[in-house]
Amino acid sequence: MSDTLAGLFQVAALLVLLGVCYVPLGDYMARVFTAERHWRIESMLYRLVRVDASSGQRWPTYAAGVLGFSFVSCALLYLLQRLQPVLPASFGRGPVPPATAFNTAVSFVTNTNWQSYVPEQTLGDTVQMAGLTVQNVLSAAVGLAVAVALIRGFVRSGTDRLGNVWVDLTRGTVRILLPLAFVAAVLLLVMGVTMSLHAGVDTTGVDGAAHTLPLAPTASQEAIKQLGTNGGGIFNANSAHPFENPNAVSNLFQIFLMLLIPVCLTRTFGTMVRNPRQGTVLVSVMGVLWAGLLAVAWYAEMHPNGPAALAAGGALEGKEVRFGIPSSVLFGISTTGTSTGAVNSMHDSFTGGAGGATLLNMLLGEVAPGGVGTGLYGILVLAVIAVFLAGLMVGRTPEYLGKKLGRREVTAAAVSILVMPTIVLIGAGLAIALPGTAGALNNGGAHGFSEVLYAYASTANNNGSAFAGITVTGNFFQSTLGVAMLLGRFVPILAVLALAGSLAAQRRVEPGAGTLPTDKPQFAVLVGGTVVLVAALTFFPALALGPIAEALA
Amino acid sequence: MLSTLRRQTGTGLRLLIVFTIVCGIVYPLAVWGVSRIPGLSGSAEGSVVTAADGTVAGSSVIGVDPVPANPAADPYFHTRPAASAQGVLGPADTTTSGGSNKAADSQDLLHEVEQRRAAIAQREGVAPAAVPTDAVTASGSGLDPDISPAYAALQVARVARVTGLPVAQVQGLVAQATSGRALGFLGEPAVDVTTLNLAVQGALHR
Repeated sequence: MSDTLAGLFQVAALLVLLGVCYVPLGDYMARVFTAERHWRIESMLYRLVRVDASSGQRWPTYAAGVLGFSFVSCALLYLLQRLQPVLPASFGRGPVPPATAFNTAVSFVTNTNWQSYVPEQTLGDTVQMAGLTVQNVLSAAVGLAVAVALIRGFVRSGTDRLGNVWVDLTRGTVRILLPLAFVAAVLLLVMGVTMSLHAGVDTTGVDGAAHTLPLAPTASQEAIKQLGTNGGGIFNANSAHPFENPNAVSNLFQIFLMLLIPVCLTRTFGTMVRNPRQGTVLVSVMGVLWAGLLAVAWYAEMHPNGPAALAAGGALEGKEVRFGIPSSVLFGISTTGTSTGAVNSMHDSFTGGAGGATLLNMLLGEVAPGGVGTGLYGILVLAVIAVFLAGLMVGRTPEYLGKKLGRREVTAAAVSILVMPTIVLIGAGLAIALPGTAGALNNGGAHGFSEVLYAYASTANNNGSAFAGITVTGNFFQSTLGVAMLLGRFVPILAVLALAGSLAAQRRVEPGAGTLPTDKPQFAVLVGGTVVLVAALTFFPALALGPIAEALA
Repeated sequence: MLSTLRRQTGTGLRLLIVFTIVCGIVYPLAVWGVSRIPGLSGSAEGSVVTAADGTVAGSSVIGVDPVPANPAADPYFHTRPAASAQGVLGPADTTTSGGSNKAADSQDLLHEVEQRRAAIAQREGVAPAAVPTDAVTASGSGLDPDISPAYAALQVARVARVTGLPVAQVQGLVAQATSGRALGFLGEPAVDVTTLNLAVQGALHR
């Protein structure tokens, strides 16, 4: 079987797996967030933490919950890292330096999982499990909660209540993320992923040389790392490391896990607004963007143009033999289209075309299909913009799902989508202008510029993957990238919750003769066009200086 | 507004503590418990492989390049280059996994590829053009356990000559260490170097 044919079969297998789960998981998640009854264990938990689970919250209260929860999460994660030497199972690893600890705490709480440290040398089991694994679950639960609050904005009418943030966080964790993660972790164990409480194993090779192979509690974190679109590796090489991703089967399963919830959430949306075709339209936009970028990246890697790749006879630098090119680009496009940011091959060593495709995938706003929750609310905001643009063309007050999109709604949507480009362009521009930056880069010329652009695109979109040749341990990068992660996460969340609040307050208007139908293919084209147009207008000059220049060289 | 934020933050802290116990202790330890099941515990602890004399010789899923005592009589199959290595080929620093992160238009990388190609061609006594791509590029992890069947085939003649084993026997050992695509279409055909070198040593000491 040819490489290309095998790769196409793999893509087909992935799509079948997702297709099988689409309706059952999507509908299950809709039931989770609409059910009246609490599970007994949830009621006990609400009593324990003193939450009145029956009360709905207005959007500012909901938002305060998200912010407060994320703040204490950052603080606890920072403290755990700083106090590492006194924690059990730290294997003598010292306190994480303050700048790294701040960056890492922000990174994992914002679902970014950008990593500026070598995990197998820096972190012991307690910080990995009680710190990072916890945020792998909870940051995904926050994303889910915000997405569900926005759906309720469309569904509810004439109310100022969006639901209860603590109930949504708890149900997302207890009923969706933890059970799925446990099943996924057990399957990963069966596929050969490591799960050890030992620091490492000492070996003496056939040549008599001694090597220590670090071990870690991998499977439990690996499962939620992908399922929660987090992406933080328990080893420095992330999913390229054989202990995290030992074979092609575990590789495909990890790609499936990262796409699973973001894809199925479009069904959850369709079910909750009582018109599944509304969800089908959104998932088709996501799918076309994903497939298009996959084709670009795959072609570029099979036809490299850089002198080093030509001298080597192919683009295998930074890739593992067991994955090869097709499984590496499939992983790369899926990890940048979701907000995962895990890598099974080094994106920095991708060709100009493929590296550019992963970069553009993030710059589209991470909606192909986006992170857990963030992907759905990201594309809904873009759909709001698309409806608004269509309304401008025909001169009518636009409406979406029976809600009028007036000044408040469009302003909130515009703020939400403009934050990321603002951070990326200002951050990358500032970094490039500073004299110290050139020394932090691993590559020169157009590719060096791409390393900087990628760093800010990855953090502002809460992706976390990297053109990892860039050295980001200096205080300038640690702090500005940390701020990029915070603004890129919480400004859109506030805007989305404000949007949800003003939508919920409206009465539903019945569709009239001039209403744009949003469950038809032409709306998918309109939304897809909006996604591409916004990104192209904003980022074309920057992309031309980096990956496009490299690809055309 | 501020009092709302303060109250919600307090609730968030209480919930965080509960979830730290559930997601950070109960969940990983439950998965660890499952990993103790016979059949899973071997790979959970790193797929350790032992030599004929019982020493822990490495992991069947981790490749670390062996260094011959005498480079002129090199009895080992070699892994791919590692970015963490001191030289252009290996061995890797197993405690810092990762790739070179060098771009296809990097002059550094071009130079390294040329050095690797020359060194391997000389080691194997073949023309530089015969050295396959995976042999001259560093892997993503630096610990790639596998090489392509082409790179394994390139090394057979030397290993057979140095060890004194018949070429056909070495080819047989390579075939045993070779895995095809999973389910016929997943991943790439690959030869596990750690297992292969142990098999060669085992054949020598039989």
